[in-house]
Amino acid sequence: MMAGVGGGNDFQWCFSQVKGAIDEDVAEADIISTVEFNYSGELLATGDKGGRVVIFQREQESKNRLLSRGEYNVYSTFQSHEPEFDYLKSLEIEEKINKIRWLPQQNAAHFLLSANDKTIKLWKISERDKRAEGYNLKDEDGRLQDQFRITTLRVPVLMPMDLMVEASPRRIFANAHTYHINSISVNSDYETYLSADDLRINLWHLEITDRSFNIVDIKPANMEELTEVITAAECHPHQCNVFVYSSSKGTIRLCDMRAAALCDRHSKFFEEPEDPSSRSFFSEIISSISDVKFSHSGRYMMTRDYLSVKVWDLNMENRPVETYQVHEYLRSKLCSLYENDCIFDKFECCWNGSDSAIMTGSYNNFFRMFDRNTRRDITLEASRENSKPRAILKPRKVCTGGKRKKDEISVDSLDFNKKILHTAWHPKENVIAVAATNNLYIFQDKMN
Amino acid sequence: MSGEVEASTEEQQEIQDTVVSPEKTEEAKLKARYPHLGTKPGGSDLLRKRLQKGQKYFDSGDYNMAKAKMKNKQLPTAAAEKTEITGDHIPTPQDLPQRKQSLVASKLAV
Repeated sequence: MMAGVGGGNDFQWCFSQVKGAIDEDVAEADIISTVEFNYSGELLATGDKGGRVVIFQREQESKNRLLSRGEYNVYSTFQSHEPEFDYLKSLEIEEKINKIRWLPQQNAAHFLLSANDKTIKLWKISERDKRAEGYNLKDEDGRLQDQFRITTLRVPVLMPMDLMVEASPRRIFANAHTYHINSISVNSDYETYLSADDLRINLWHLEITDRSFNIVDIKPANMEELTEVITAAECHPHQCNVFVYSSSKGTIRLCDMRAAALCDRHSKFFEEPEDPSSRSFFSEIISSISDVKFSHSGRYMMTRDYLSVKVWDLNMENRPVETYQVHEYLRSKLCSLYENDCIFDKFECCWNGSDSAIMTGSYNNFFRMFDRNTRRDITLEASRENSKPRAILKPRKVCTGGKRKKDEISVDSLDFNKKILHTAWHPKENVIAVAATNNLYIFQDKMN
Repeated sequence: MSGEVEASTEEQQEIQDTVVSPEKTEEAKLKARYPHLGTKPGGSDLLRKRLQKGQKYFDSGDYNMAKAKMKNKQLPTAAAEKTEITGDHIPTPQDLPQRKQSLVASKLAV
């Protein structure tokens, strides 16, 4: 498998596809809120603020496709969540899909979990390409026949029909979260999954909807004493007893479910020491971790805070093994970023299939990739200006001061409304999906 | 004499800090614009605001105060400013901003 990333002469990213409307006026409901490939990479799911899920399927590779890999076409779309109002608590519940997680495929159907702020749903997506015809008791239109008028008996036969993809909600996991769900993660036992909100983490069994186990509870007895919240959580990819959760204070706790029923006491505590003299009003806010992801190998985990991505070795708690600056030039803009709330933007991050590269988003529809081996990094842009089929993406550069070179963009010209919060990397190939507000871009490596 | 030298060294260190750390410069900017900004920035206020996302009305105390006010006043029409409902009159389901359900298919699926 190719090593991935860019910067060198041997590897380049190309435009493949873009989905979504072109118009400038973006409806709030169309804003993409999550992107996720399934385990094989054959399917790509998106969720949006309007509570809708769209699943794309990669077309089969054929001999004709020499210059590019299969394209992703719409496979299924459905309304996952609706807006609700909790009258008892006087709380408006958004239909926005916060997270989608696929289950590993075990039969012909596909299953995924989708979550909004309060409810998680298990959806079954199945294909139907045959239909039974020749019923005895009902005619072709489905109307019931008068049974006394039937004189002969026939066996219905299965006839081919146009492929129909159906999505149906198989389980609804509700009423277990007082606060807003930020993460869901399927366990490697394929039987359980966890869901995390600001203060609690619950463990569910996929078959059981009327109860869940609370495994982490950081709610203080007196809410005035609240100092940190849970920002993300994930199950270990191989060890079904291990999970991690990150906090708004920039720390990560690894917990072992074998140790106790309630994992309030962590097994490992990851925190990078901070230089107290450099502490400012913004320190804690920008240290808040917005995403945590285990590497595929299970040996490392990656965290995203406002300005950087850090790779941690699970065997070393006192500091990350690698730190990558995403957009350090924003450090001198923190005042205005606080005023326009951008400082609270939650960027996600992801690994490539071989864990040799990582990717995360930034502003101005820029996204960044880091090669862990060569230490090269690249900044690319998701833009319709660069959307000719197989067009090679040109690296972008932000000018931080002094003379701006041609093709560079100055920090003050960055569009902070164009944020790339959600990206996904195909589990096996160099194909990436990048959500730019209401558009989904798919890029792939250049094939020679 | 030596006291003065020490003081100016400290001043220099402060200036040094501000020049060297863009973050501290930004902090000074923010405090200049919002002098009453809390001393515990990452603490309770911000977090509680985060936890209360989606909250439309305050609590039963709010409700009871509104009820007491209402005794002598006529109930304002539902056309009143929908975002400022808290505390002013007793909210009813009809007053709530109508959440339109997404009947339109996603534009990604076109």
